[in-house]
Amino acid sequence: MTISGLLSYLIFFLTFAGIYAIMALGLNMQRGFAGLFNIGIAGFWAVGAYTAAILTKSPSPNHLGGFNTPIIISLLAAGIFSAILAFLIGIPTLRLREDYLGISTIGIAEIIRLIFTNEAWLSYGVRGISSIPKPFRDIFGQYYNLSFLALVLIVIAIFYYLSEKGIKSPWGRVLRAIREDEEVAKASGKNVFRYRMEALVFGAFMMGVGGALYAHFTGFISPEAFMPMQTTFIVWIMLIIGGSANNFGVLIGAVITWGIWTGTETITSMLPAQYVTQAAAFRVILIGVFLEIILLNMPDGLFPERKFKA
Amino acid sequence: MVLQLLLNGLIYGSIIALGGIGLTLIYGILNFGHFAHGDLMTLGAYLAYLFTVQLALPLPFSFVIAGLLTAATANLLDKILYKKLEGRDSVTIMISAVGAALIIRNLILMSWGPQLKFLERGIEMPLVFFDGLLRITRTQIMILILSVIFVTAVHLFLSKTKLGKAMRAMSDNTALAKITGINTERVIFWTWFMSGILTSSAGIFLAMDTHLIPEMGWNLLLPMFAAVILGGIGNPYGAIVGGLAIGISQEISTMFIAASYKPAVAFAIMILMLLVKPSGLMGKKV
Repeated sequence: MTISGLLSYLIFFLTFAGIYAIMALGLNMQRGFAGLFNIGIAGFWAVGAYTAAILTKSPSPNHLGGFNTPIIISLLAAGIFSAILAFLIGIPTLRLREDYLGISTIGIAEIIRLIFTNEAWLSYGVRGISSIPKPFRDIFGQYYNLSFLALVLIVIAIFYYLSEKGIKSPWGRVLRAIREDEEVAKASGKNVFRYRMEALVFGAFMMGVGGALYAHFTGFISPEAFMPMQTTFIVWIMLIIGGSANNFGVLIGAVITWGIWTGTETITSMLPAQYVTQAAAFRVILIGVFLEIILLNMPDGLFPERKFKA
Repeated sequence: MVLQLLLNGLIYGSIIALGGIGLTLIYGILNFGHFAHGDLMTLGAYLAYLFTVQLALPLPFSFVIAGLLTAATANLLDKILYKKLEGRDSVTIMISAVGAALIIRNLILMSWGPQLKFLERGIEMPLVFFDGLLRITRTQIMILILSVIFVTAVHLFLSKTKLGKAMRAMSDNTALAKITGINTERVIFWTWFMSGILTSSAGIFLAMDTHLIPEMGWNLLLPMFAAVILGGIGNPYGAIVGGLAIGISQEISTMFIAASYKPAVAFAIMILMLLVKPSGLMGKKV
């Protein structure tokens, strides 16, 4: 492989790892800092991706669209729609034990998939939405991928800054206190439900924006393109390897996990074509076993949560 | 039409109920949602396929062996995973169960491929009643009878035997059960074992009634959880009632909404329950 080929692969790799890192930052806000159990990441991701696709595309006879929205609006709208979804799912579940949210997020991810599969007027069903606009392509031309990576990095920087700022503020202290001991937080007069809701919604906003970036970068989305459980699972592994409740660790975890995931693909792609299903299944088994080993042996991940001084 | 939907719902509900009994007992006793339960169900069904179709053994024999092997898998998961994570927060244990679910499903996908498979060859002619208003196959009648036998056996076990009573006591209040000298290790072992047998049977029933695909059990996970929550977590009788209620509502719903949204019905009922009475119809605390 030539230097420029290697370089363009690296840009491609980092862009995907970066989009996943945004999801992982969102999950870290929910799980890491607030202790919330979201296993429907793919649902929030899909809502963001479809929102962006429908808003930015030129009119199409196949599905809703034709709004020609600029990308900055589509990213914000993707985040907002995903946040609204989180808000709705939070209402019945956040007052209860963490498992209820987990079960409900599986349900919501499934329903989102059903809607995008069945409502052809909205999303063209299983055929999906293709030729989603690639922002600034005309301006950057051959440097388009590089410019997109820059956009992803900017989004990461913004979310990273906001997360860190939030978590170090009094708001973040209350959030962590609730995670550690809900009763104590309640006793000191904190509205536990509200704090949890804010973390859930903020995390979902990030996931929605991540979904929008995914849609713009790949140019094609469909209900099955996400491999829902797999996507959710990979984001979880990123969080657990990097270290729950440590934003920096989560970013490192995202790059490492994406490296392992794409690395196994490189190996299995050498197998003959008739083994393609088996190879894909084998990759998931490998990464699943990998997660269990980390869970059992490295409970805090590579970068444990920093202890804040009182 | 309604009669037929009721019958379909009853069959589907029995399958959910059988899986739900184990799910709710594990929930009550070990205090976490077992997200790999659906995939254990799939495993049972595929093992039955292996013995009945691929190795041409009699179905009753395969049924038992598949149940035992699924139970062994459930115990193995507990031994190498959940027991070792004891004491960590419940989200960690649940995500490890999600991991186990993905591993089991993909092992099945790798071994048997993604194509539809059938436990029985050929199309079975249904028995027709009331001028075609009600159609039922012999397989379905057998599923219903066996489900009733299973549920009765579970009831007798839980209410008459010492181990069964200990199971209910632990599910009710783990700390109290420990104080009264119940051998919790033994109860936990047999809970996994029984759950494995029941969920495997549910999977085989589903395979007999419809077909096998690697996602079959995963698709039932949400209805099973909905049944468990509806009946009250930790209450096996609640799970049975909840399972039947979910199964029948899903089928009846097709009179009002598109059948493709059937899976959403379980979810809607569950959310409604969480809003109105989170402890479930027959539960007490959350």
